[in-house]
Amino acid sequence: MSAGVELDHVTVKFGNFTAVNDATLDIRSGEFFSFLGPSGCGKTTILRTVSGFLDPTAGSVRIGGQDMQGIGANKRPTALIFQNLALFPLMTVAENIAYGLRVRGVDKMARRKKADELLDLIALKGQGDKLVSELSGGQKQRVAIARALAVEPKVLLLDEPLSALDLKLRQHMRNELRAIQQRVGITFIYITHDQGEALTMSDRIAVMSDGVIEQVADGKMVYDKPQTPFVASFVGENNPFPGTVSKATATGAVVDTAFGPLAGLNPNGLKVGDKAILFVRPETLKLGKGAAATSFTTEVESVAFEGNMTHVFLKGAAKKNITVTVGRHGGVKMPAQGDRANVHYDEAYGLVLPEGKMARE
Amino acid sequence: MSSRALVLLVPFLVITAFWLMARYESKLGHDPTHKSYWERNGTVLGIAFIALVAFWTLFLVTLPYLYMVVESFHPRLPPAQRGGPNDFLTIAQYKSFIVSPTDGEWNWIHMGNFTYTIVVSAAVTFLNLCICYPLAYYMAQSGSAQKVRLLMLALIVPYWINEILRAFAVRLLIASKGLINQALMGSGITDVPIDFLGSNTGMWIGLSYANLLIMIFPLYNAIESLDKNQIEAARDLGAPWWKIHRDVVIPYAKPGIASGCTMVFMLAAGSLAAPLFLSGPQQRWFTMTVYDFFFQAFNWPRGSAYAFILLAACITFVMLVLKLFKVKLGEAIR
Repeated sequence: MSAGVELDHVTVKFGNFTAVNDATLDIRSGEFFSFLGPSGCGKTTILRTVSGFLDPTAGSVRIGGQDMQGIGANKRPTALIFQNLALFPLMTVAENIAYGLRVRGVDKMARRKKADELLDLIALKGQGDKLVSELSGGQKQRVAIARALAVEPKVLLLDEPLSALDLKLRQHMRNELRAIQQRVGITFIYITHDQGEALTMSDRIAVMSDGVIEQVADGKMVYDKPQTPFVASFVGENNPFPGTVSKATATGAVVDTAFGPLAGLNPNGLKVGDKAILFVRPETLKLGKGAAATSFTTEVESVAFEGNMTHVFLKGAAKKNITVTVGRHGGVKMPAQGDRANVHYDEAYGLVLPEGKMARE
Repeated sequence: MSSRALVLLVPFLVITAFWLMARYESKLGHDPTHKSYWERNGTVLGIAFIALVAFWTLFLVTLPYLYMVVESFHPRLPPAQRGGPNDFLTIAQYKSFIVSPTDGEWNWIHMGNFTYTIVVSAAVTFLNLCICYPLAYYMAQSGSAQKVRLLMLALIVPYWINEILRAFAVRLLIASKGLINQALMGSGITDVPIDFLGSNTGMWIGLSYANLLIMIFPLYNAIESLDKNQIEAARDLGAPWWKIHRDVVIPYAKPGIASGCTMVFMLAAGSLAAPLFLSGPQQRWFTMTVYDFFFQAFNWPRGSAYAFILLAACITFVMLVLKLFKVKLGEAIR
C-alpha cells in the first residue's frame, strides 16, 4: 500500500528563523521524490514535519488524503531512514528489522518470518543473528532499509542515507535503492544535497533554497529548464552572464553582458530593461567562431585534462571563470594558457532568467 | 606467632606487589614510544611516590581493616589478658550474630535488624532509581541546556552542606511540631500531627535524598551518550514512550543503572546519620548496632564481626544484582 503526501502551505519556524516558508507540494503515490538543496535549506525540516517529529507552524501535511495534525510520529504510516541509520546496537540484525513489529505486538514466530523475508530481499540471507557491529557499511545501510520496510509504511522517508558511504558503494546503493523502490512500489521521499543522487534516482525533484521550494520537476527539466538562477547554478555546472535585457521577443531575448550582447531563450518573458542573467552550460559552449549574437572572445586562464573530457577555464567578467567542457573527441585543437579564444554556443542552449540569488560556490 | 603479628606480614606482601608492578612496567619499556615509570619520574621522585602510595594503602587502608578482621576472630578480653592464654582464635563473635551468647536462644533481634537494613536499603535503592531515572533522562536527552544547568545546580548545592546537618534539616521539616505538620494542621487538613519519624518516612526521605547524586550521575553519563536518533528511530517505528525506554534507553543505560544502584545500596546499608536522626524507635539500622558494640559496649571483636557480616552481605547482594542484570563488574565501575 502506497500513499501520496501533500504539503499545503507548510511553514516551519524556529523562533525567528523560518526553516520552511510556505511550501505547497503534491507528492504522488508510488513516486520516488527528492528534495535537493544545500545544507540548511530546510529539506530535513520538511522530512521531519512529514514524519511527525515536528509540527508545522502553519499549514498542514496530508498523507493519503488524511490530515496528520495531532498524529504523532509513532502513529503515522511513514518510516524514516536516518542519516546515521540509528540501528539499535544492542539488538541483532533480525531484532532490529523486526522491532517495529515487536512494538505492534506481533508474535515471535511471525516476526522472525518477516525478518527472514526482508533479509532475503536485502541479500543478507542467514545473517539475522549477527550483531549490527559485525556488518559492513553497505550491509548496515540495507538493514536500515529493511527495518523501515518491515512496518509496511505507505511512505518511506530517507534522510541523506548514503552520505556516510564511500563513492563506489554510494553509486551501487543508488541503483539498489531505485530497484527496491520499484519492487515495493511505495512512495520514497529522499533528501539529499548530492545532485547526482537526485538526478539518477528520482521521478521528480524539488530544489530548495533558504526554506523556499524553487522548482519542482523531473530531473531532465530541472537540468535543462531551470526556472530560477538558483536552480540553474545549483544543479550541474553553469556559466552566468549577468546584464540587462536589450531586446526581447516572444521566445528569445538578448542580454547586454560584459562580453557584449548575447542571445538566449526567454521562458519567463522578460522585457527590455529588465535585469537578467544569461546561463550557458559548459558542455554547450564550443571553441571557435560562431554567429555574432552567440559568441564572444576572451583569454584562456588554464586548461585541465580530465581523461574523458577537458575543461578550458576562461577569464570571466567577475572573479569567476567561464568553463568550457570539451569532449574527448571534440576534434578541436586545444588552446594554450594565455591565448585569446573564440567561444560560441547554440542559441537554444542559452537561457535568460531574471536576476536573482545564485547558489554559493 | 600470634595471629595479630601475622598482620605485619601484609606490608611485605604489598611492597612485593608494588615491586612486581614496577618490574612489569619496565618490561613494557621495550616499546620505544612507552616511557617507563622510572624514566618518567626519575629515581628519587619515583621512590617517593611509591613510598607515599604504599604508606597510604598500608597504614590508612589495609592495616586497619586487617586489624579488624583479626580482631573479629578473637574473644573480648580486658587489656591485661590480651596475648595471654585466654586469647585464642574463635568464631564465637560471628556465631553470636545467630545465637545469642547470653541465653543460647536465636538472636532474632540482630538478625532482624540486619534483614531490615538489607531490605530497606534495597527498597531505597529502587526508590532512588525511580526518582533519578526520569531526572537523568530529562537532563541528558530532552532538557534545554539552560534548564539542565539550573537543575544540576539545584541538585548539587544542597550537598555543600554536610550529611548530618542535612539529616537534621529534614528532621526539622517533618517533626511532629515541624514545618510540614504545622502547615498541614494550620490549613486544617489534619487535626493531629502526622508521625513521619515514627513511621520511618523520615528515614526513607533521608536515605533517598542523601544518595540522590550518587544515583543521578552514573545514569546521566550513560543516557547522555545515547544517540538521539535511536530514540526517534524507535518512535518512528511505532513505539510508545514506555516501550522506547524499555527497549532502547534502559538496555543502553544498564551499566549506569547497575553502577548507580550498587553504590547507593552500599552507601544506604552503611549509612549512620539518616537512620540515627530520622528513624522511629521500633527498628534499628544495623550500623547502629555495630556502632553500639564499638562505642557503648566497647566490644570491638563483636562489632568487627558484625561489620564484616554486613560487608559480606552487601558484596554478595551487589554481585547477585550484577549477575541478574547481566552486567560485568568492569562495566558497572566504568
